Amino acid sequence: MTTIDERDDRPGSPGEVLDPQLEADLEEAFSEPPGIIGFITTVDHKRVGMRYIVTAFVFFFIAGIEALVMRTQLAQPEAEVVGASAYNSLFTMHGTTMIFLFNTPVLAGFANYLLPLQLGARDMAFPRLNAFSYWVFLGSGVFMYSSFLFGAVPDGGWFAYVPLTGSTYSPGLALDFWALGVIFVGISTTVGAINFIVTIFKQRAPGMTANRMPIFVWSVLAMAVMVIFAVPAVTLSAALLEADRLGGTGFFVPEAGGSTLLYQHLFWFWGHPEVYILLLPAVGMMSTIIPVFARRRLAGYVWVVSALVGIAFISFGVWVHHMFATGMPPMAMALFSAVSLVVVLPSGIQFFAWIATMWDGHIRWSTPMLFSVGFLIIFLIGGLTGAMVAVLPFDTQVTDSYFIVAHFHYVLNGAVVFPIFGALYFWLPKMTGRMLSERLGKASFWTMAIGFNLTFFPMHVLGLMGMPRRVYTYQDGYGWGTLNLAVTIGGFLFGLGTLLTVIAIWRSRRHGAPAGPDPWGAATLEWSTTSPPPDWNFAATPVVTSRDPMWEPVLEEAVSGDDDATAMLGPEGAEARRMVVTTGVAAVPETSSPIPDESYAPFVAGVGLTVLFAGLLVWTGVVAVIGVVVVLAAIVRWTWRTEEAG
Amino acid sequence: MTGGRRSRVRGAAPVVGLVALVVVLAACTDDTPNALDPQGDDAKVLADTWWYLFAVATAVFVIVAGLIGVALGRRRGGADESDGPTTIEPARTTARRDHAVIAVGGVAVPAVILAITGVIAVGVTAARLEEGPDPLVVHVTGRDWFWDVSYPESGVVTANEIHVPVGRQVRVELDSADVIHSFWVPQLAGKVDLIPGQTNTLRFTADAPGTYRGQCAEYCGIQHAHMAFHVVAQTPEDFAAWLEARRSPPPAPPPGSPEARGREAFLGLSCAGCHRIAGTTADGEVGPDLSDVGSRSFLGAGTLPNTPANLADWMRDAQAIKPGSNMPPIDMTDEQVASVVAYLESLP
Repeated sequence: MTTIDERDDRPGSPGEVLDPQLEADLEEAFSEPPGIIGFITTVDHKRVGMRYIVTAFVFFFIAGIEALVMRTQLAQPEAEVVGASAYNSLFTMHGTTMIFLFNTPVLAGFANYLLPLQLGARDMAFPRLNAFSYWVFLGSGVFMYSSFLFGAVPDGGWFAYVPLTGSTYSPGLALDFWALGVIFVGISTTVGAINFIVTIFKQRAPGMTANRMPIFVWSVLAMAVMVIFAVPAVTLSAALLEADRLGGTGFFVPEAGGSTLLYQHLFWFWGHPEVYILLLPAVGMMSTIIPVFARRRLAGYVWVVSALVGIAFISFGVWVHHMFATGMPPMAMALFSAVSLVVVLPSGIQFFAWIATMWDGHIRWSTPMLFSVGFLIIFLIGGLTGAMVAVLPFDTQVTDSYFIVAHFHYVLNGAVVFPIFGALYFWLPKMTGRMLSERLGKASFWTMAIGFNLTFFPMHVLGLMGMPRRVYTYQDGYGWGTLNLAVTIGGFLFGLGTLLTVIAIWRSRRHGAPAGPDPWGAATLEWSTTSPPPDWNFAATPVVTSRDPMWEPVLEEAVSGDDDATAMLGPEGAEARRMVVTTGVAAVPETSSPIPDESYAPFVAGVGLTVLFAGLLVWTGVVAVIGVVVVLAAIVRWTWRTEEAG
Repeated sequence: MTGGRRSRVRGAAPVVGLVALVVVLAACTDDTPNALDPQGDDAKVLADTWWYLFAVATAVFVIVAGLIGVALGRRRGGADESDGPTTIEPARTTARRDHAVIAVGGVAVPAVILAITGVIAVGVTAARLEEGPDPLVVHVTGRDWFWDVSYPESGVVTANEIHVPVGRQVRVELDSADVIHSFWVPQLAGKVDLIPGQTNTLRFTADAPGTYRGQCAEYCGIQHAHMAFHVVAQTPEDFAAWLEARRSPPPAPPPGSPEARGREAFLGLSCAGCHRIAGTTADGEVGPDLSDVGSRSFLGAGTLPNTPANLADWMRDAQAIKPGSNMPPIDMTDEQVASVVAYLESLP
């Protein structure tokens, strides 16, 4: 048996002081220009990852304000806080922002920051692509929100069903901002996913076989593979919508021989996997955090990995359950109903793995664990209502009602946002070197948990009481007023809870206790280096001998050999700006590759893409061509430099 | 250590919520379009399905949340103290137990529950497909933002209010003239979308006379919130009388009466370009049919109760009541408004 205390005495313990010469060499190899130039040109996965997280949270609070304006409007019957048109834009932008500009990128941010550290690597496989994917994310977010400046805010709902969103019923630029924005942000998500996959397969520390990969890494791998297969569908649906709008093609126009349901199939072929694209990294975080605070290894590792991979496959076979009211042949829908029930099983596996983990653990009630327990209860409710709406006949009562709004907020807000907040308390000390206040953390958790349930639980009832979603007002006399008021109060409480975390983060900059390399006694490799980690992450490559390397008596570090494959392992050979490349499954050192220098190219390419999309938006060839030329020039410059460095 | 207690409190909160759900549902107003107060066969089957799902989900919730609570609270001594030895390495027996727990709790038991649920789902789906021998066919077309209603067998046309006889199956044929809408009367049936380019079907049999509120459930643009309708279930005799009264056009009002002046004004102003009234030259198709508007309970697709005052307000400036709708403000003298109101309210 190993105990946490024994662990601290081992050689190579966290935060070991480096040889000054080696440190100086590393400093030089990894130095970045200061100031704004460094800000624009950096390719460091940690800076990119934090930037992702900060930007995504800006969008989170924008979407939150949109939600609270909506809730103020709905607090009582026939209120006139905002008009119909503004309300419709608000719910469209709230959903679009939460899905495309918060949940997806914030998890990409954590994955960017954590993957190389958990893998024992110095950076992502393609650091410049990484920087590029951030700039594209930022560009697409700014692009979509610039619609406010033009008074053309998208108002077709976040899934923008045709024909409502075609040029007949939605003239003007609003839906062009939406459709082009969705295509735009999809570029970021896709290149990010490619980067995650290659990084996971090629950058793992020696000895980190597939069977020893941290569970968060598995969840990101499953997510990234899903992105590769799912995102093309939404890109296609948005592109065909734009073709209909701009070019009059008629893919989705029944009078022209097109099909309105085709749009829904394409959209949900991405849309349902997307739920799991968001959920998987979040449950991966939970499977990482719960064992740390239960202080025992994750029970049923192979079960949990199988569940993640299983969800990645099965979730591609359930999209029709978003279309149970469209009048498709009932027995065809029954098949999708059955598959939608089957997809519950992998979640059941994970629940019992977590229960078994906690069962004989010794629970520490730190803030990340509180958020984990909150997640468990909320995800349990969201999962159960998910199984309910998978039942085809019952779904015809509750789909497009407030019941479904309640259900997907339990999953996408509760079961994704709670893990993200838990992850902030857990990993921010690694990122900043400072602990967050436990007092504020717990206050934030309880406010959020109570606010959340007060917001979303009554919505189930409202749905059963016949209240449809997406109505900007409702009449008195149907018994909906009291519950709506409760929902609104809950919404503000939830918002207050999130602000407490912002305060906790702000205060930690000055007042946070130093975190040290491993404040939680955690299991994965990011805790073996200093907090915050040095630019090079690891001076010497760690050698992994189990699934929980930090819980081994000794964390071994590799030494350099004299062949290409092992020369870089370090410490003595490690000072160059290079990183180790290992084999895909067994993680045997293969070779090493240069880490590209910082570069303007990703930023310029991102700007060029923004110009291109602006050109498409206003349907002006010259602007689009300028964008294309800028992107191509940046790519040429980008690849050129890489070869020089190699 | 309060961990165990806390977790039990957390586990209890949603249970309290579930109880509250039942209480709130019981406290609905008479007008609540409550899916769990079914007044038709389809809604009844779906409400039964809900109560099955609700019972199973509640049981699963209580058991799983209870296990989570127990797991969290089991070892009070070790919690909160970060010193003191802690087991990281599970013993071999623990690992075997983990497998058993996951295999039984995470796979076997849920698989059985889901299989039973799946069989019920397919059974209910098949039962809902059965069509009775002599259904009443009603054709409903969704439009921005109201409902065209017609009875193909009798040729009767109306809008926003669907009369049906109790005890006889109704087959509603649904299509759309513009964007996607969804037909939802929670107390009578599950919802079905109205999709341009295809005709969907929905069947129900109303059990008891009454007026049941329905509302568009698929976001359809700026006035999605004001696209309601009502299903009026009547005894077969009352329904037959209602239908009979509409088979022939309403008689013209006696000359010189306010109604006659109103009719003249209606046909002379822009009204007739958008609305249809059977037996007159008004045959517009932009707005709802008004042939029997006087007998309807609501105006503007469930937006206002049908009173002369509301109708007058609506005609003067519908945009103030239903902004974005296709009804423009009509420039009318007070006298014209009064006479048109009198005329429309006189329609059967």
